[in-house]
Amino acid sequence: MTDSRLHKLVLGDTQANRVVPPSGFTAHLTLFVSGAMAFLAVFALALSMASGRLADQWASELARAATLRINAPAEQRAAQTEAALEILRQTPGVATARALSGEEQAALLAPWFGSSLPVGSLPLPQLIEVTGEDPGYDAAGLRLRLQAEVPGAVLDDHTRWRAPLVDAARSLRRLAWVSILLIGGATAAMITLAANAALAANAQVIEVLRLVGALDSYIAQAFIRRFTLRALTGSAAGVVLGMIGVWLMPEASDEGGFLTGLGFQGWGWLAPLVIPVLGALVAFAATTRAAGKRLGAVS
Amino acid sequence: MRRNQGAAVIELENVGYNYGGGELLDEVSVQLAPGSFHFLTGPSGAGKTTLLKLCYGALMPTSGRVRAFNMDVHGLDRDQMAHLRRRVGVVHQDCRFLDHLPVVENIALPLLVSGRELSHEEANLHELLNWVGLSERAHALPPELSGGERQRAALARSVILSPDVIIADEPTGNVDWEMSQRLLQLLVELNRMGKTILVATHDLSLIRAAKNQVQARVLRISNRQLQLAGADL
Repeated sequence: MTDSRLHKLVLGDTQANRVVPPSGFTAHLTLFVSGAMAFLAVFALALSMASGRLADQWASELARAATLRINAPAEQRAAQTEAALEILRQTPGVATARALSGEEQAALLAPWFGSSLPVGSLPLPQLIEVTGEDPGYDAAGLRLRLQAEVPGAVLDDHTRWRAPLVDAARSLRRLAWVSILLIGGATAAMITLAANAALAANAQVIEVLRLVGALDSYIAQAFIRRFTLRALTGSAAGVVLGMIGVWLMPEASDEGGFLTGLGFQGWGWLAPLVIPVLGALVAFAATTRAAGKRLGAVS
Repeated sequence: MRRNQGAAVIELENVGYNYGGGELLDEVSVQLAPGSFHFLTGPSGAGKTTLLKLCYGALMPTSGRVRAFNMDVHGLDRDQMAHLRRRVGVVHQDCRFLDHLPVVENIALPLLVSGRELSHEEANLHELLNWVGLSERAHALPPELSGGERQRAALARSVILSPDVIIADEPTGNVDWEMSQRLLQLLVELNRMGKTILVATHDLSLIRAAKNQVQARVLRISNRQLQLAGADL
């Protein structure tokens, strides 16, 4: 496309635009559809970014963290804990190993039993928080050694429940991307329908224009420009509303769990700004295709 | 096969046209020399409009060849066809305007679609409006015009790009005798300026009136063939 044609497409050739009569109804429909689709796309994008973040976070944090539980009679618990800590200190790949204090264990149980329960009187196992290095330690080897030297120790490296969680977060992200693609496809389909309706309604205008020697590109441009600008305007409005919606959602917090983290973070806030541009591109392509087909039928 | 001398503006060579239900035209050959004035006549439904459409590429012949300005119309792509239309002014039977634009913009439409700067052509446009007597009606919308005004507006639109050929389909179909004389006068003036004119009409008195003013040939379609009518009209 030459510079002057691009210039005309963006800024418009006001005289050329008058050639096609203004259309009220389809214009509003196109604006509404692209706005609604952009609004949905913002949420799908937020979901995909948040679930992506969760998947990465869980995969990396949980992979490095493990818990060692010492189930031993009260009188042996301190000795076994000490022995286990000694083994962990010697194990290559373990960054830190720390026995949780009584208060910390009580805090972990508080959500289930309430804070008034005298936790100290219960025969609780001792927990040791283990943080691995990157690359991590050999869990199987560690288990064997603990089995031999600290019979009451059970190593839980979270693999059991980490894998399905990470899987869930990843499939959530996949679903969000599929949604974005579907939203794009649906936008293209609806704009194609609207453009076809507009082209059909203006069949006589197109015939007259061909009769007086208009090039296909000239005729198509009038339609393409309208639909592209409508999609751009509509989806910009939809994105603004969608971003306000996401912004109004509660901040990520420990109390709310991962659900409250559904939003954008940092540079992520710029990502939805791509949606109107993509919407306009989709409209441009859809209208170009529809106009090409229609014009081919006029002599 | 006869060799084309390259002189004819539009040339039909053994052209046949079949609309699917049967032959409408068969073995039609005619050459429109530059500056010539032709009438095309024949009964309704004989194929006058079809023949005109073949001349400006709105229809493609089912057999034979149509050449315009030494180019085979069949081989033209869509953009070349658009450029051909700019060299052939067409006054359509039902005029065909953009009803949402005033008359003056409809007349200027060919300038607009060919990318000319309208501000440079304003003087021409005024002169043309004067010539067809529509200065007063310049800002009316096409549906508000009378039959004669519509025909004159269509004629003005067909000549604004200063085409080499003007093809008019029943330009006097919906107008009274006085108005048809006026339209004829405009066509004769265009012919004197060197334009090639082809007018389809069933109005024999119009043809007789023209013969007093201009060297006009009369082509008649009958039985799917094109004949040069005698001087007895």
